[in-house]
Amino acid sequence: MLRRLDIPLNRDSSVRFLPWIIALMVYLAGLALAGTLVLQGALQRWDRSLAGTLTVQLPPAESGKPDAMPAALELLRRTPGVTSAEPLSREATARLVEPWLGTALTPDELALPRLIDLRIDPTASPDLAALRARLAAAAPGAVLDDHRIWLDRLAGLVLSIEVTALTIVLLIAGAAVLTVVFTTRAGLAVHHAVVEVLHLIGARDGYIAGQFQRQALDLGLRGGIVGLALTLLTLIAIGRAGAATALFGEHVRLLPALELAPWHWLMLALLPLAAALIAMLTARITVLRALQRMP
Amino acid sequence: MVRFENVGMRYGAGPEVLRDITMDLPAGSFHFLTGPSGAGKTSLLKLMYLAERPSRGLISLFGRDIATTPRRELPAVRRKIGVVFQDFRLIEHLSAFDNVALPLRVAGLAEDQIREHVSELLRWVGLADKLNARPATLSGGQQQRVAIARAVIGRPSLLLADEPTGNVDDEMALRLLRLFEEMNKLGTTLVIATHNEGLVTRFGHARLHLEHGELTQERARERQAG
Repeated sequence: MLRRLDIPLNRDSSVRFLPWIIALMVYLAGLALAGTLVLQGALQRWDRSLAGTLTVQLPPAESGKPDAMPAALELLRRTPGVTSAEPLSREATARLVEPWLGTALTPDELALPRLIDLRIDPTASPDLAALRARLAAAAPGAVLDDHRIWLDRLAGLVLSIEVTALTIVLLIAGAAVLTVVFTTRAGLAVHHAVVEVLHLIGARDGYIAGQFQRQALDLGLRGGIVGLALTLLTLIAIGRAGAATALFGEHVRLLPALELAPWHWLMLALLPLAAALIAMLTARITVLRALQRMP
Repeated sequence: MVRFENVGMRYGAGPEVLRDITMDLPAGSFHFLTGPSGAGKTSLLKLMYLAERPSRGLISLFGRDIATTPRRELPAVRRKIGVVFQDFRLIEHLSAFDNVALPLRVAGLAEDQIREHVSELLRWVGLADKLNARPATLSGGQQQRVAIARAVIGRPSLLLADEPTGNVDDEMALRLLRLFEEMNKLGTTLVIATHNEGLVTRFGHARLHLEHGELTQERARERQAG
């Protein structure tokens, strides 16, 4: 990959560690990026699955009071934009609380609210505020839950995780830049005599910087590929561990499902290239700035 | 070609090592630069090959005021100057061939042309069998010849040499001086710093003499006649 070097940079001891440092940085950046992409994907899936789904919650029926369910159902089914409104059976409602309360209690012993599963046309959604008001009038105590509060809180959590991950990636990139600056300066100091000869025989600054930048590109790419390989191995291991934890039921997983879109994999695959380009540009700028100080 | 006006030079905050240097070397001239050790010969050459900047005065090379020449244009000016450094400054990890080829590669010449020119020149300085030898495996004289070959390979308009015959025998010294004279006849301006009074006398070119950082200019022949 390297063309002939007039400056023997490939023999420097400081250069020997650079690919490993970059490999570690690409590995950490890869994990942070993959984690962010997995969370983003999960949030989008939740959003899609919840779009068009609402729940109406009615207080438990009390003896001596008229049942609000028929009035609520009638109102909902008459509302434009509502495609279906189906009450959940007591057994189905009881199954929802079963993971917390167990099976010892029967639905009759519990004062469970009654739920209506409401489907709406996402392209012609009804005015939810107006629907809430009319529902409250037709069925006192009814609550219309559009899951937005839960989803918004989840989105906020995902966003904060994303910002943290991005900060980590930026810090890693900053550390990579500093490492390359240090290595390049060390190279300039060690090979000052050769650099000076090249300068004095008429080499342009770009020619001298080219020697350092090619070396940095090569080392960055090598380290980046190793880092990417480690990232992929870790992601595969996490994916398998996640599948293993799902053995007790798909809804009970200790680790999130590792579902990455093709463009997510492409982004991960571009990490070594990004690391190599950062290393190359850093080396070039460092050398050009140092050469500016020469007569 | 080379014009100095009231040039002074100091290293850092130290004393002036060159004082009030004024000289005008016409294109195609041949000068020996003489003077005792510490007189400032190497410093004067450094100003000429743009390794140092003067602390005062004006330097003009090839008709251009160096102080006002944009930095990006200086490499082209340097490529017109060949330098034989006193300590050779050969690049240790490169072969004799690659050391000599360096100015041509820096100038962007095609590899086939480089191969032809460099091989021919190394043959001329008696190093045809040392093309692939590293500098560390060459004798002092051989290293010096490689350094000279590197300085002249680009056919410079101005050739500066700092003690170029210091490590070679008399026969090779004469041969190298004849090479310099040939280049001079082809139009190259030469300044050769030397302690070798015999060569200065024998070749009889103009002399720039430095004493305590100050220049006295005289013709060697006139000096001999005197």
